[in-house]
Amino acid sequence: MSATHFQLDPQGRLLHFLTIEGLTRRHLTDILDTAESLHGVAERRVKKLPTLHGKTVVNLFFEASTRTRTTFELAAKRLSADVLTLNIATSSAVKGESLLDTLRNIEAMQCDMFVVRHEQSGAAEFIARHVKPHIAVLNAGDGRHAHPTQAMLDVFTIRRHKPDFAHLQVAIVGDILHSRVARSLIHALNILGAGEIRVVAPRTLLPAQVENLGVRVFHCPDDGLRDVDVIVMLRLQKERMEGALLPSEPEFFQRYGLTEERLTLAKPDVLVMHPGPINRGVEIDSRVADGPRSVILEQVTNGIAVRMAIMSITLGNHARPAGEAV
Amino acid sequence: MHILIQGGRVIDPAHQFDAVTDLYVAVGRVAGLGQPPAGFKAERVIDALGRIVCPGLIDLCARLREPGLEHKATIASETRAAAAAGITTLICPPDTDPVIDEPAVVELIRRRAEAAGYARVRALGALTHRLRGERLAEMAALKEAGCVGVSDGGRPITNARVLRRALEYAATFDLTVFLTPLDPELGSGLAHEGPVATRLGLSGIPAAAETGVIARDLELIRDIGVRAHFGRLSCARSVELVARAQAEGLPVTADVAVHHLHLTENDLVGFDSRCHVRPPFRGVRDRDALRAGLASGALSVLCSDHQPHEPDAKQAPFGDTEPGVSGLDTLLALGLRLVRDGSLPLPTLLERLTAGPARILGLDQGHLGIGAPADLCVFAPDADWLAATLRSRGQNSPFIGWELPGRVTHTLLEGQIVYEA
Repeated sequence: MSATHFQLDPQGRLLHFLTIEGLTRRHLTDILDTAESLHGVAERRVKKLPTLHGKTVVNLFFEASTRTRTTFELAAKRLSADVLTLNIATSSAVKGESLLDTLRNIEAMQCDMFVVRHEQSGAAEFIARHVKPHIAVLNAGDGRHAHPTQAMLDVFTIRRHKPDFAHLQVAIVGDILHSRVARSLIHALNILGAGEIRVVAPRTLLPAQVENLGVRVFHCPDDGLRDVDVIVMLRLQKERMEGALLPSEPEFFQRYGLTEERLTLAKPDVLVMHPGPINRGVEIDSRVADGPRSVILEQVTNGIAVRMAIMSITLGNHARPAGEAV
Repeated sequence: MHILIQGGRVIDPAHQFDAVTDLYVAVGRVAGLGQPPAGFKAERVIDALGRIVCPGLIDLCARLREPGLEHKATIASETRAAAAAGITTLICPPDTDPVIDEPAVVELIRRRAEAAGYARVRALGALTHRLRGERLAEMAALKEAGCVGVSDGGRPITNARVLRRALEYAATFDLTVFLTPLDPELGSGLAHEGPVATRLGLSGIPAAAETGVIARDLELIRDIGVRAHFGRLSCARSVELVARAQAEGLPVTADVAVHHLHLTENDLVGFDSRCHVRPPFRGVRDRDALRAGLASGALSVLCSDHQPHEPDAKQAPFGDTEPGVSGLDTLLALGLRLVRDGSLPLPTLLERLTAGPARILGLDQGHLGIGAPADLCVFAPDADWLAATLRSRGQNSPFIGWELPGRVTHTLLEGQIVYEA
């Protein structure tokens, strides 16, 4: 059984949130609509809802993260859950404890939800398959495979500005090969019926037969960025130079970096997005990152509402006995 | 002990013999076919009606995990599983701990196998000291100690100068060289580079990680004239390269692991760590080319590539698991499944499991000529069984839960019944 079906109950409701692949448009629009209704909570004087009162959410971060971890923490707290964050990269995993042993121990603390980030593709699904059935698992990034909550906050941000997806042209630029963000976003945009999804990168940063994911491939940004509605820049890791995937940061910036000049190729109302953290002067010019077309900080804010939505939907489905109508 | 195996379909691929007849075993040897030798008095009669009687299988690549990794399996545990699967000879690659690069290790393996008494275990010696690819191993001494060939032990020699000298030195002592072509750098990924790896976000191993090494090695083999065997091919293009070299008269052979004839990259969906193997499962076209290569003889051996693991080795996210399949239990059955699918005729399958490997190893086994060691396998070809638990200590098999054809009923090792269902 694949993750696609594994994260759903027999009625097709989300029990875990592991990957976008295989979900329906209905699943995604439910999340987006719920997120929209939760979006106002942050503006209230008391920024809390009682939805997850009495529930315990554990953030299991086997890989370092600041923004994803903190927005998950905030999302859980705004839903009144108790939150525990474990940075396992620096604790027991180092002492040689196996992933399953770590899981069993945390499970014994009677938690209701695991938010997992791990450097290995498939780790979130592995954990979901091995935890007790009452626990919901949310994937906060597994290797190169998926980062589904990021994809949801990306499409949420796009929808708030450009609700008509049918004519939407989106360019994803940079290190597609190593990017879980790109994979999940491509699935989400395809499911929501986006007009055209482009990937723009040199061949060393594209995975084999990437066009099978439902994208158009461009090697040159001058073609790839033309008339697009959204540009998603991906973070370029410094390790890529050592892996002989790229010659240097300056050469990458010169050929693929998003500058004000390149930005003019896109539609005038283009949205500039980035999952963060950004490398100024490597994949994006500061003037663009901080400029009027950038919605990068809005993405961060939206991440809280979207994660609140996903947490309440999955835990809500766990609370309901199987077979009961939605 | 005189044993009569009565009324079975006797298939001896080495002699192109295939008929329903009686087989007579006396003092550990094949003593007669069709009619009893003089003075034969059966002390034991095995009714083989409706069954196949063939030479005991020779598994060209089986890791028994001893010495060094006894928490995974032992020579005793795995030879016992082999006997129940109709396998009477196992070839053990040199990547044990310590490495098989000195006669003492060969001797240890031989003794442990003899003490267990279920199957013959023959060792491949190391090509280089500690399999490090730097200095030559003492190949002449290894040959004298009983090694049936020398091998890179799954760690291809990247330094072409060292490889060339290792091949020359092996040729000097008339040793066959067993190579596993997979470039450690280009092949450092987790899955076949293709649409499935892209979707799952697993790092890719391109076909060129295998074909590039084969192409280089073939040029060295052509220069030196050493007998060489490529183990565990996974790509269509590799079969082509080997077949072309054979057509040119190069002394080159190759094998395939039986799981590569059944599974493809598509079986990785769901991150099933039991499908984590090296080389990786590739595309459907590759699988079909491997099947065709086995039928045509470009691939002259079918092996299990047995790699038993303890449960923990596979209980982790895909990339953190150890590669390999526990393959002894299912070698014959998965082969018979190919026969049932029409991929190749039964005698051809049995040839690839008996006479084929014996020829490459230079062993007087794998045939039923009068006087040959009575290593025999008797099986019911139409008896299906459910692969639930394996007899190997390693339960790491993607075929658990499969309904498989062919149940072994008797295995004889040098005329002794070592397994009886």
